[in-house]
Amino acid sequence: MPLLRDIKGFFPPFWVTFRNMFRKPVTVQYPEQMPELPERYRARLVLTRDPDGEERCVACHLCSGACPVDCISMQAAEAEDGRRYASWFRINFARCIFCGLCTEACPTLAIQVTSDFEISKRDPLKLVYEKDDLLVDHCGHNDEYSFYRQAGIGVAAPRGTNPSESAPVDVKDLLP
Amino acid sequence: MVDQFVMLALILIKLVLVFAVVLSMAAYLVLAERKILARMQLRYGPNRAGPGGMIQPMADLIKLLTKEDFIPATADRGLFLIAPGLSALTALLTFAVIPFGPTLEIFDQKLPLVICDLNIGLLYFLALSSLAGYGLALGGWASNSKYSLLGSIRGLSQLISYELAMGLSVVPVVMMAKSFSLTAIVMAQETIPFALLNPPAFLIFLISIFAESKRIPFDLPEAENELVGGFHTEYSGMRFGLFFVGEYINLVILSSMLTVLFLGGWHGPWLPGIVWFMVKVLAICFFFIWVRGSLPRLRYDQLMNFGWKVLMPLALLNVLVTGAILLGMG
Repeated sequence: MPLLRDIKGFFPPFWVTFRNMFRKPVTVQYPEQMPELPERYRARLVLTRDPDGEERCVACHLCSGACPVDCISMQAAEAEDGRRYASWFRINFARCIFCGLCTEACPTLAIQVTSDFEISKRDPLKLVYEKDDLLVDHCGHNDEYSFYRQAGIGVAAPRGTNPSESAPVDVKDLLP
Repeated sequence: MVDQFVMLALILIKLVLVFAVVLSMAAYLVLAERKILARMQLRYGPNRAGPGGMIQPMADLIKLLTKEDFIPATADRGLFLIAPGLSALTALLTFAVIPFGPTLEIFDQKLPLVICDLNIGLLYFLALSSLAGYGLALGGWASNSKYSLLGSIRGLSQLISYELAMGLSVVPVVMMAKSFSLTAIVMAQETIPFALLNPPAFLIFLISIFAESKRIPFDLPEAENELVGGFHTEYSGMRFGLFFVGEYINLVILSSMLTVLFLGGWHGPWLPGIVWFMVKVLAICFFFIWVRGSLPRLRYDQLMNFGWKVLMPLALLNVLVTGAILLGMG
């Protein structure tokens, strides 16, 4: 009988709400109490260093290419020993959507995500982070990996002058 | 001469006290509702303004007062401006007839703890609660918005259908107390409250005041998820605040009426009368909040069916039966 069922169904909600009143709320009181973030939480980006303390970034532009909102920009430069680096590196966190695609694109593990999410500012221009703000003094997630140790530093001397190396072929010349 | 002067002063003090208590009760009821509802949903509710959120009503008041008072271009200005006032005023005026304690004796003066003991107090209450419908109806009509209009149409039809049942459910009370004066009705319940003598009337009145206060499960006039805000969709700032305060004063009044008519008013063991009255009113207010946390909203046709096909016949039958029993008992 629907009426009986309706009358029966009328009372349980009262018991549920009454019981809930004496349980501890699940709310996290944020500024006083920090939320427990998941291990792989994606927030502010940093530029890490390799185990030798050198910058990992080789300014390959892959992160800015992968970035869906185009918030990463940089200028590539080459040191005298042939090591590439970014002469300036800029991330606009006002645009960043914290998707982490840049970290997946990075071939040298230079750009990494941290769980520091408290970067709100009143002035959006202050959210434009320069290289000095982004660089950190540790290796981030991976303590061993060093790109140049795997690949070797680029060649500083002009081509053909290194030991056991022949002079480059002149491609305009037809002679073998 | 001195006696009259003392009397006048006492009456003035009583007026100011009642006014202050009712308004602050309405303000803190909002806070209490938000906190209790939050606990029922495993949240904390407002707890930032002051210790435990205790000055949240002040913060809300300042916010409402400093907001823009917007009037839609197509609104009927005159009606739009007075509607919120009507809603709050009728609610406040109703408290004039509610006795909240036994007669006090101060300075050799008898001071009845009621603003005005009308001999037709019950009719006055019913009349004013109908007038409160005008605030709602005019507010919705004058806004010239479809949501507001729908809200006020729903509100009016709901008020009409439930006021009938409410009026009929208090008829047995009047028959048992043999008076329309609320003080006399409370006096008649000295030994046993009418809620126990006549439970059907109590239940019908309880359900009707839920509809009268436009709250869940009968909050169709302002059903947020259907009508944006219902009849007060177009209101902003303190005009919305007046509607809001009126609603909560109304809640206090309806709880007081339930206390007076069915729960024995200020009668109760051990504690002084005024404390008993307060306790009963607050308990009913808690019940209102509890119901809001527990029940869903009725559909419009369910509401109408329930009002006309269940409550009305029940109330009529109750009048008949009570009359027969009273006649039989002589």
